Amino acid sequence: MVLTPDELALFDHGLSLEENPRSACVAAMKFIQDRRGWVNDEAMEWLSVKLDMPLADLESVATFYSLIFRKPVGRHVILMCDSVSCWIMGCETVADHLRRRLGIDLGETTPDGLFTWLTIPCLGACDMAPAMMVDEVLCGPLTPELIDKVLDACVAADSL
Amino acid sequence: MTAPTPLTAGIIPNGPVISLPEYEEMGGYQALRKALGGMSPSEVIETVKASGLRGRGGAGFPTGLKWSFVPERNGDTGHRYLVANGDEMEPGTFKDRLLIEGNPHQLIEGVLLAAYAMEADFGYVFIRWAYRDAFLRLRHAAAEAHGAGYWGHDILGSGFNLEFHVNVSAGRYMCGEETALLTSLQGGRANPRTKPPFPPVVGLYGRPSVVQNIETLCNVPHIIANGADWYRELGLTEDAGTKLYGVSGKVKNPGLFELPMGTPIREIVEEHAGGMRDGLKLRAFLPGGASTRFMLPEHLDMPMDFGHVEAAGSRIGTGTMIILDDRTCPVGMLHNMEHFFAQESCGWCTPCREGLPWVEKTLAAIENGDGREGDLEILERHAKMLGPGYTFCALAPGAVDPLASALEHFRDDFETHIRDGKCPY
Repeated sequence: MVLTPDELALFDHGLSLEENPRSACVAAMKFIQDRRGWVNDEAMEWLSVKLDMPLADLESVATFYSLIFRKPVGRHVILMCDSVSCWIMGCETVADHLRRRLGIDLGETTPDGLFTWLTIPCLGACDMAPAMMVDEVLCGPLTPELIDKVLDACVAADSL
Repeated sequence: MTAPTPLTAGIIPNGPVISLPEYEEMGGYQALRKALGGMSPSEVIETVKASGLRGRGGAGFPTGLKWSFVPERNGDTGHRYLVANGDEMEPGTFKDRLLIEGNPHQLIEGVLLAAYAMEADFGYVFIRWAYRDAFLRLRHAAAEAHGAGYWGHDILGSGFNLEFHVNVSAGRYMCGEETALLTSLQGGRANPRTKPPFPPVVGLYGRPSVVQNIETLCNVPHIIANGADWYRELGLTEDAGTKLYGVSGKVKNPGLFELPMGTPIREIVEEHAGGMRDGLKLRAFLPGGASTRFMLPEHLDMPMDFGHVEAAGSRIGTGTMIILDDRTCPVGMLHNMEHFFAQESCGWCTPCREGLPWVEKTLAAIENGDGREGDLEILERHAKMLGPGYTFCALAPGAVDPLASALEHFRDDFETHIRDGKCPY
């Protein structure tokens, strides 16, 4: 089952507010992603029936948007800005620190499943460059120390 | 006397949100009462036209004029849409985030007034996923405003109805292009549409729609409350109002500054942003985000407004400047920007989809010391062939604007990279 009965009620309510089912497709995929971490094939098939969209059509929308995940991601998603203001302020140096600390490259997930590192266009935090977003929290200006602090806090929160 | 700052009054950067009672205390929603209580939609349009307000999202189109393109109702009962474009993703731009996070009610009031002017019955705010705090605050403010009767059925007893929705996107710079944004709202890939027809005539679901930048909409309540003359006089030059200017890069105090339109560039960079960090010199700057042409130190005494920046061959764009200092490699900077544009091309038209990656790879080769003779000619050809008129939308022309100007201003740097086979920075 893709959604629990409670989730389904909430989903259907959201759908009823939309102009037509198709308009809801991005929000619908995110609804599932917010609860499961990503959108798997079973969910896509279910959605294509629910939204009355051909599966290939829905897939083309899913793969267009960078923040719809069609593969599993780690428990925490790190979105590090690599746009021009952050580049001038040294995002490549702090990215090197992240690479060493996590032992992964951009686009990868740590073997323990804790962190996925993705790129994101300009976070609109150019006055606190270089910047990143971890889960839903914006942080900057980044230093190796600040990165360690933020990642340590994620690990600590998980072990509670 | 300090100049008025209507847009950012009461906003503390990264501070608390202005609540509904606080906004009302500051005179909030008075412009809505004034418009609904005694102005016809066309009077609102005329006032905004007379104010000289131009779009703050990049293109600078006169706002009132855009609204006047929406056909009159004349018995047409179908939906009409006002869409606030909060997909702020232009590299180096961070102004709309402040306005939504700091004072979401100001935006809601702007949406309501614009919707009233074009007789829309739906107002959307399209906001990027990464603006989480802005979204949460806006959603809360929308609930407050609905509770107080500012949107919904028969607003303030005027007979005007408006449904208000906040739509959270899922990434992609392309969504900021107005027709691509509409397609995205309809549940598709964010590809652009042919223009004409323009959205005010054929927009969302084929219905009349106006897409407007956040900062632009935030100006509207102040114009309606204080009048067109008051607004015109805020500007120091021919261009009206105040502008939320931004400065990023290696200055002492990067940030946002609301100043009269037409404030000299030097004042923005040296006084408000504190000037360059010690030991660094300003070499060039992008006046309004990554898709504007480089400007030089000789332009610093110019007023930062639409007309003057255009006369200098660039565009005010979003008004958020990116500073290139003398210790940062211009080739590297350009490579970074073209990487962004190549990645964010939606792939809909061939020149952009194929051309931008070629530009990016050529720049990467030059920056990494693998540049070859003839590379600069390849880049120059792309700067021309991806320009206006050759592509479906403005993404590629915007991408090659900084490229063309960099080839002109930093020619020596490119040639040194190719000749020496390495980056000298």
